[in-house]
Amino acid sequence: MSNVLVLFAHPELERSRVHRSLITGLPQLSGVTFRDLYQLYPDFHIDVAREQELLLLHDFIIWQYPMNWYSMPPLLKQWIEMTFEYRWAYGPGGIYLRGKRVMNVLTAGGERDTYRPNRYNRFPVPEFLRPLQQTARRCGMEYLPPYVIHVTRQLASEQVDRERERYHTFLRGVVADRFDTADWQDIAYANEVLDLPNELR
Amino acid sequence: MTPDFLFQAMIYLAAAVIVVPLAKRLGLGSVLGYLLAGILIGPYLLGFIGEEGEELMHFAEFGVVMMLFLVGLELEPALLWRMRIPILGMGGMQVALSAVVLGGLAYLMGLSWQESTAVGLTFALSSTAIVLQTLGERGQLNSSGGRSSFAVLLFQDIAVIPILAVMPLLALGEIGADGEGHGGASGLLEGLPAGLRAGATLLAIAILVVAGRYLVPPLLRVVARARQRELLTGVALLLIVAVAVLMSAVGLSPALGSFLGGVVLANSYYKHELESDLEPFKGLLLGLFFMAVGASIDFGLIAARPGTVIGLVLLLVVVKALVLFVTGRVFGLAQDQNALFSFGLAQTGEFAFVLLSLIQQEGILPQSVVALLLVVVAVSMALTPLIMLVNARYIQPRFGVKESVDDAPPPEIEEPRRIIVAGFGGFGAVVGRFLGANGVRATILDNDSDRVDLLRRMGFEVYYGDATRFDLLETAGAAGAEAIVIGLPSPEQNLRLVETVKKHFPHLHQIVRAFDYPDTYDLMDAGVLHIFRDTLYSGVAAGKQTLKLLGVHAYRLERNGHRFFRHDLAALQTLAGMRFDEDLYVDAVRGSVADLEAQLRSDYDQGAYGEYGGWDIDGMAEEE
Repeated sequence: MSNVLVLFAHPELERSRVHRSLITGLPQLSGVTFRDLYQLYPDFHIDVAREQELLLLHDFIIWQYPMNWYSMPPLLKQWIEMTFEYRWAYGPGGIYLRGKRVMNVLTAGGERDTYRPNRYNRFPVPEFLRPLQQTARRCGMEYLPPYVIHVTRQLASEQVDRERERYHTFLRGVVADRFDTADWQDIAYANEVLDLPNELR
Repeated sequence: MTPDFLFQAMIYLAAAVIVVPLAKRLGLGSVLGYLLAGILIGPYLLGFIGEEGEELMHFAEFGVVMMLFLVGLELEPALLWRMRIPILGMGGMQVALSAVVLGGLAYLMGLSWQESTAVGLTFALSSTAIVLQTLGERGQLNSSGGRSSFAVLLFQDIAVIPILAVMPLLALGEIGADGEGHGGASGLLEGLPAGLRAGATLLAIAILVVAGRYLVPPLLRVVARARQRELLTGVALLLIVAVAVLMSAVGLSPALGSFLGGVVLANSYYKHELESDLEPFKGLLLGLFFMAVGASIDFGLIAARPGTVIGLVLLLVVVKALVLFVTGRVFGLAQDQNALFSFGLAQTGEFAFVLLSLIQQEGILPQSVVALLLVVVAVSMALTPLIMLVNARYIQPRFGVKESVDDAPPPEIEEPRRIIVAGFGGFGAVVGRFLGANGVRATILDNDSDRVDLLRRMGFEVYYGDATRFDLLETAGAAGAEAIVIGLPSPEQNLRLVETVKKHFPHLHQIVRAFDYPDTYDLMDAGVLHIFRDTLYSGVAAGKQTLKLLGVHAYRLERNGHRFFRHDLAALQTLAGMRFDEDLYVDAVRGSVADLEAQLRSDYDQGAYGEYGGWDIDGMAEEE
């Protein structure tokens, strides 16, 4: 049984379809703690002690956000900068994140096919996440491949519902330790571990 | 009030008003100006005043008393204690050496040893009034030379007491006229045994300290609560007069007593108010005193014996300056500071008038000699501002090294505050606490005596007083501050203070609390750049919280709050221009409100990222 901490960052949730759906019912999942950072810290003033305390209580960390300009929303970056303190997250005595697993759950406007050489996004999504991968490594965390949902604007509402079902199934699996993350090293997207058809790819 | 009195008052005031500004224009300083005014209206030039000059001097000496009270207010007891070495050491050395050398010279000139002792003691003292006023005007009170001067003058004020006691013993057997109270001489205690007298003196000082600590602050509080400004001035005057009466009764100098009174009240939070209440009285009375000195110079005698007078004055000044110079040397004053110290104190003081009249009454010296000595005293006093001027212009600059930074006064004397907070009600208190939390200590002024009292007990440093008064601002250090936060209880008071600050302290940033739109317009008209409507910020915060409880996302409310502020400011600037035309104004307000609402509604659709929403929305459109 793993405790999952979902750190959710969306600068304009009121206009998001997919994320709003993804997080519906999420706080009620057992074993999952949901944190809407833009709701908690609209002024960007992060309560570091509280955030660190929550990190200590969980062993599976999820950063969930819409990818904008190949990166995470500014508040999530702020959260990492403030919370991952020297001598707490890394450096001498910085041991408190060690052994935790961490992954990105993100939506991307462009099709997956555009994230390859010769297409306009040029690099696969995991390449854009390298800084986070290295951040996790510096802190002794196990970095897992991202869970990515593409072309969110084109999804019909039943597709959105299906995406929510899949995501929640995935989270329940994580909580129940149904996956062996050692097997994940060869896959590009964490979505693939789900034994479900994935027509988006 | 006789017409004669009014006429006299008119003459004095007119002379002061005409001559002093001229003297200051010429760079001579106000003391010299007053002295010149006195000479001008005195018996030898215009002759407006004659014999009553002497009497006037006694009255005007009260200015010296007030000055020492104000000096005491600035000196906290701890600071005074730290100055004990210069006071006792430098002061003791200067008085003893000067008395011995001057007395010796008098003996060589053929006076008896008793006469010489009396003359030496009398002329060893210097003029507190002239020196402190001149130093203060030149901003030199806090230099090391200035502080040494003050220490010595303080010692002299104390030394007057034993000197007054010794004088009768010097009378050559002939019993002088009965010792009826003159100046500082003891009145009530006449004829009591020495032990009892000393006891009474100590008792008087104890009364002074205890009353200053436990009686006066509650009294000031009660009076302040009555909210009658003139009453507070009255109390301030009463305090000084009472101290003077008490001290005279036991034979102490009133100046010394009021100095002690000032020190006792130095920690009181009515300090600034007392200062600004007494300042004009002190100034005018001192001015009167200087004019009286000027008028008392006996030009007839100078004309009759010019050589003798000039010779004696020169001898006196040179000898005293030399003694002072040696003293300064011994106590390690830098050369330029020692020059200030030596030339500054080289005259004879106002106590000499008292002592010389005592000398004459006791029959120690004949009337003709005393008259000559009186002229010497007056001339040496009148020369002092001139000597100090010459020193500052021509002598001090020759010492290449000015006082270095290390010698600067220790910061605890008067730590300059960068911020003044006027009005410590709700708004000002929040600002003050926020500043304090950021390590910026502000001078806080408030004129609600109950609140001042409460805040004081809670540990805030708050001063009582009406912040719209120029003099209070000045004593609160407005000249040296950088900004003033104005949050008085009414728009009218705020506006008045804004105008005062603009006029007298234009360098101050003004951060002003406003109440509503009309009030804000007035402040804008007055040129205030930083206006804060306190209701605006708390209102928007409350609105945000209300909508959050209805389920609106906090970050959206954060954005809309900022949008609201920005729009409100823009609308304010537009509306300010048309507020005198009511129809236009109402239309504009309606338009502006509709505008803001439309903008915020469109934000509902547009979110944080404008019309097209977030990044890369259509997913595949643009290929390179």
